[in-house]
Amino acid sequence: MRIAVCVKHVPEGTVRIDPGSKRLDRSGEGALNHFDANAVEEALRLKGDSDTEVVVVSLGPDKAIDSLRKALAMGADRAVLVSDEAAAGSDLVATSRVLAAALEREDAELVLFGQQASDADGAVLWAAVAERLQLPVVSQAMELSLGDGSLRTRRQTEFGYDVIEAPLPAVVAVSDAINEPRYPSLKGIMGAKKKPQEVLTLSELGLDPSTTGEAGSRTSVIALGEPPARGDARKIEGDGSAAQAIVDFLAEKRLV
Amino acid sequence: MSRPSDFPPPYAPSDYVAEPSDPEGEQIEVGILIVGAGPAGLACAIRLGQLLEEHPGVAERLGEVPVALVEKGKQPGSHLLSGAVVNPRSLRRLFRGRLRFEDIPSYGPVHGEAVYLLTKRAALRIPPPPPMRNHGNSIFSLSQLGRFLADRAEEGGTMILPETAAEKLLVSHGRVVGVRTGDKGRGREGEQLGNFEPGADLVASVTVLAEGTQGHLTGVALDRFGLAGEDPQVWELGVKEVWKVAKPLRHVVHTMGWPLRLGTKYREFGGSFVYPMGDDMLTIGMVVGLDYRDVELSVHDLLQELKTHPRIRKLLAGGERVAWGAKTIPSGGFHSLPSRLHAPGLLLCGDGAGMVNIARLKGVHYAIESGRLAAEAAFGALQPGATPATALASYDAAVRESFIWSDLYEVRNMRQVFGRGFLVGGALASAMTVSKGRIELGALQAEPDAEAPLLRSDQTSSYPAADGELTFDKLSSVFASGNKTRDDQPDHIRIQSRVPRDVAELWAHMCPAQVYEVGDDLGDGTVEVRTSPSNCVQCGAISAKGGRLTPPEGGSGPEYTLT
Amino acid sequence: MSSGSATLVFLEHRGAEIQKGSLGVLSRAAALGDPEVAAVLVGDAARALAHEAGAFGAAKVYVCEDEAVQQPLPQPRVDVLAQVVSDGGYDTVFFANSVLAADVAAGLAARLDAGLNWDLADVERRDGELVGKRPALGDSVYVDVGWTSRPRLALFRAGSFDAVAGAGGEPEVVEVSPSFAEHSRGSRIVEQQVEESSGPSVEDADIIVAGGRGLGAAENFTLAEELAKALGGAVGATRAVVDAGWYPYSSQIGQTGKTVSPKLYVALGISGAIQHKVGMQSSNVIVAINKDANAPIFEFSDLGVVGDVHEIVPRLTELIRERRG
Repeated sequence: MRIAVCVKHVPEGTVRIDPGSKRLDRSGEGALNHFDANAVEEALRLKGDSDTEVVVVSLGPDKAIDSLRKALAMGADRAVLVSDEAAAGSDLVATSRVLAAALEREDAELVLFGQQASDADGAVLWAAVAERLQLPVVSQAMELSLGDGSLRTRRQTEFGYDVIEAPLPAVVAVSDAINEPRYPSLKGIMGAKKKPQEVLTLSELGLDPSTTGEAGSRTSVIALGEPPARGDARKIEGDGSAAQAIVDFLAEKRLV
Repeated sequence: MSRPSDFPPPYAPSDYVAEPSDPEGEQIEVGILIVGAGPAGLACAIRLGQLLEEHPGVAERLGEVPVALVEKGKQPGSHLLSGAVVNPRSLRRLFRGRLRFEDIPSYGPVHGEAVYLLTKRAALRIPPPPPMRNHGNSIFSLSQLGRFLADRAEEGGTMILPETAAEKLLVSHGRVVGVRTGDKGRGREGEQLGNFEPGADLVASVTVLAEGTQGHLTGVALDRFGLAGEDPQVWELGVKEVWKVAKPLRHVVHTMGWPLRLGTKYREFGGSFVYPMGDDMLTIGMVVGLDYRDVELSVHDLLQELKTHPRIRKLLAGGERVAWGAKTIPSGGFHSLPSRLHAPGLLLCGDGAGMVNIARLKGVHYAIESGRLAAEAAFGALQPGATPATALASYDAAVRESFIWSDLYEVRNMRQVFGRGFLVGGALASAMTVSKGRIELGALQAEPDAEAPLLRSDQTSSYPAADGELTFDKLSSVFASGNKTRDDQPDHIRIQSRVPRDVAELWAHMCPAQVYEVGDDLGDGTVEVRTSPSNCVQCGAISAKGGRLTPPEGGSGPEYTLT
Repeated sequence: MSSGSATLVFLEHRGAEIQKGSLGVLSRAAALGDPEVAAVLVGDAARALAHEAGAFGAAKVYVCEDEAVQQPLPQPRVDVLAQVVSDGGYDTVFFANSVLAADVAAGLAARLDAGLNWDLADVERRDGELVGKRPALGDSVYVDVGWTSRPRLALFRAGSFDAVAGAGGEPEVVEVSPSFAEHSRGSRIVEQQVEESSGPSVEDADIIVAGGRGLGAAENFTLAEELAKALGGAVGATRAVVDAGWYPYSSQIGQTGKTVSPKLYVALGISGAIQHKVGMQSSNVIVAINKDANAPIFEFSDLGVVGDVHEIVPRLTELIRERRG
């Protein structure tokens, strides 16, 4: 069996938006998106001691290989990085197209995603990828188990939990509550480099570069601006009437 | 008045010495192990890569991983902080025939310099005393240099293992055989969490300790092998910031005097530096000897106060702080160097061994040269037919014949002399450099920092309140260091938790990261000390002033990028 | 107005109620000035709610009560929307964020090869184009985002708009019966567990009452707990009090704890150091009570009260209880 995990290399440290490109400045150091670590961990738990193959897949710049190696160090078996300048600046539509192509090539029974990207660029990607792959999708999974040709998952909603069954192959996005990602062992870190790692260009994936990147995107970033002012901040003394003043304020804001 | 040294921490170096305990198949074997991705460790790794490339036969015999380097920070550079104005000679020598110095990312050569004696409102320009002349030197961010050197080391075949703390020195039959790495995934009480991952025995033929200031295993090794120098080591604490500025600074600036006090009784030895970093950034830092006596002295706040000086304020006008950090600098110099730099299976390099010329504020190029020499000695120890003991001893000989030794000898009494106050010290210091060290002042006995008796003088009233634009409080500064340390882990700081109020307040003011707080009064003249260990940026100041820093979980601490 | 757009709003309902968030987005769409805003209601008893959709601004309501959409699963809804967009020629589709809606919106984007901007706080018309306003970097920056093709999909942050009933009359109701893709029909909800009201978790709560060192002692956390209960919210804690053992780590809010963005954040005895701020700064409304007039938290709270939590909070809790009856 094969489990594919989609991961992202995200900027570390103080994240800034580059005023020139109006996109996140990705020139500095990056790391494996910590929400994706939950997905890698879940794949490894499902693998256990079996000979299931866990392959991590990513679309990113060359240095994203570092994040893929972190996943390999945790225990994943193989890494595939799609790295192509033409793909830079891809939005949801373009990114999902590239990932779907890479995942099709993997033909995995289960595709896992983390619940969001810490750089806020990657949320909801899984549903778009599942649509392209024509596979069932379940998000916010807090528990996941695999049966014979099917999966069973408990997922969080605003109202409580749903237990969902779906046939395999399927796409699942795991919530960060599903597990605590393991630390890679030293042996794991040292062995990671030797595990198979592929770096592919878009054409090697059979994709026309113009269907990716900014050219292939359907959304754009226009400008950066200040957030709307918080409104007048009020400061009052904590005398006898303070409690009532707070209630009045909350009522005004329709919070009580 | 109390002295911090009267309250030694619950810590014994011997607790960090162990025999390998993992079963043979579980031990991780490498050829040469380097601890610390600083300039010394990385230079060692790079030189080893060069030697192994030239001698493939030796490389083969070292197994799958000929050279491994463990680093406790998130990545190389995360824990590196310095000024820094660097003498290029060591980098040139390290990369001779392979890279030009100009290809190493820096902020360019020093174009000029100025030294000022500051008073509260004025700045008196004085000619740079000989030790402070920087012609021919270049400005670097040590953190950035670390990342560059790490890339070169990896290219040369070194396996770098970040987020890995070297917690114990593995010693077997009187020989250092490697290190045991720290556990991960323990909770505050030491309990194993769901993702607990035990450390591992990392064994090697030669272990090179390049841990930098207050090196944990270096301290352990000095104790285990009886390598302490003539004088106890003493330290300075440096706190610095990096700023984006509107107007480029064109020369290197050093200041002395205000806000430090010149009187002998205060023992406030130090000064500040302001270095340009290209056209749109600069770095400003305050360095103070940790043998100061005033309970309320806070180097972080002195830096904030410094920035309010009209001259300094002008340099920062229209700018924005983009980084902050803190680190100690060993300043005992020649007389505090270990009596030997090697032990069976072990070599000591760089700041960890105290190779710093405090008069010139230089240590990076000594670290690099010592790393390079250590590589040659370690390589020698692996030759067929070599006697490891002789080979490792050749490192000591090589260091003694190098400029590291002669430079440090020349300024050997600099620090001790300043213990007598700036004005007296300044004259003596100049006399020493001008005479190239020939004026013999005897080995002026240095006193360990923690033995300095405390006094009070209402210092805090002169510290500016944080305005969030020019001056900053400690917590927001810890944030600016990139520190996101996991809270739920064991406390890595060893101090007595019940001490006289003076000592507790000393620690609270001393620590740039606000780790210590004065807690409840226990009624008998002592108070409880509360700690927030996840604030710690591992500067090492506490180790100089009555406590002991041990390495927290790998990956903890600051994530410096520009310091 | 230049290129008029035809806007479709995806409405979510639960039982006999349309979600307030969806109605808010519908109100906003109507206010943008399109002559004919349409809505989609999918699932059990959808038809019965068409009238309400009309009241909030939908001139036309598409309903689908097919067996395939009885359960609140996203993929069959993609099939419905794709059909409606194509049949009705809609060039703009709005969604109010929810676990379900997010998956529907993204699935539809891939189905139609359409641009999706999500996490929007608002949208406006500029020179005939639609411009979305998206907060980024912990809400410290707003990014103007656009679409380069039609249809345009927009997913708005939960609670961005108030539901405003307009002068709308009875909407035209159209039944939709699309063919459902095979992959849309595979999933099944086999069990649903509704959360007991033991209080929401910190991550999901709309209201959070957080305590800091200013509470004085571990026992005083009951002040925060009582107030949270009265408000129907969750309890949070700063790193300092978790370090001190007053409250569990699972409630810690901040840089090394949880990041939350509730509608209301009440900070009791919290100084507002940046380590804490980054975990809660995108809260809609922040009320802070602290004895120290210079506490940094007052710089980013909407209502700051300089006073003693021990005096103010019990009274506040009492008043809230009275008010809620």
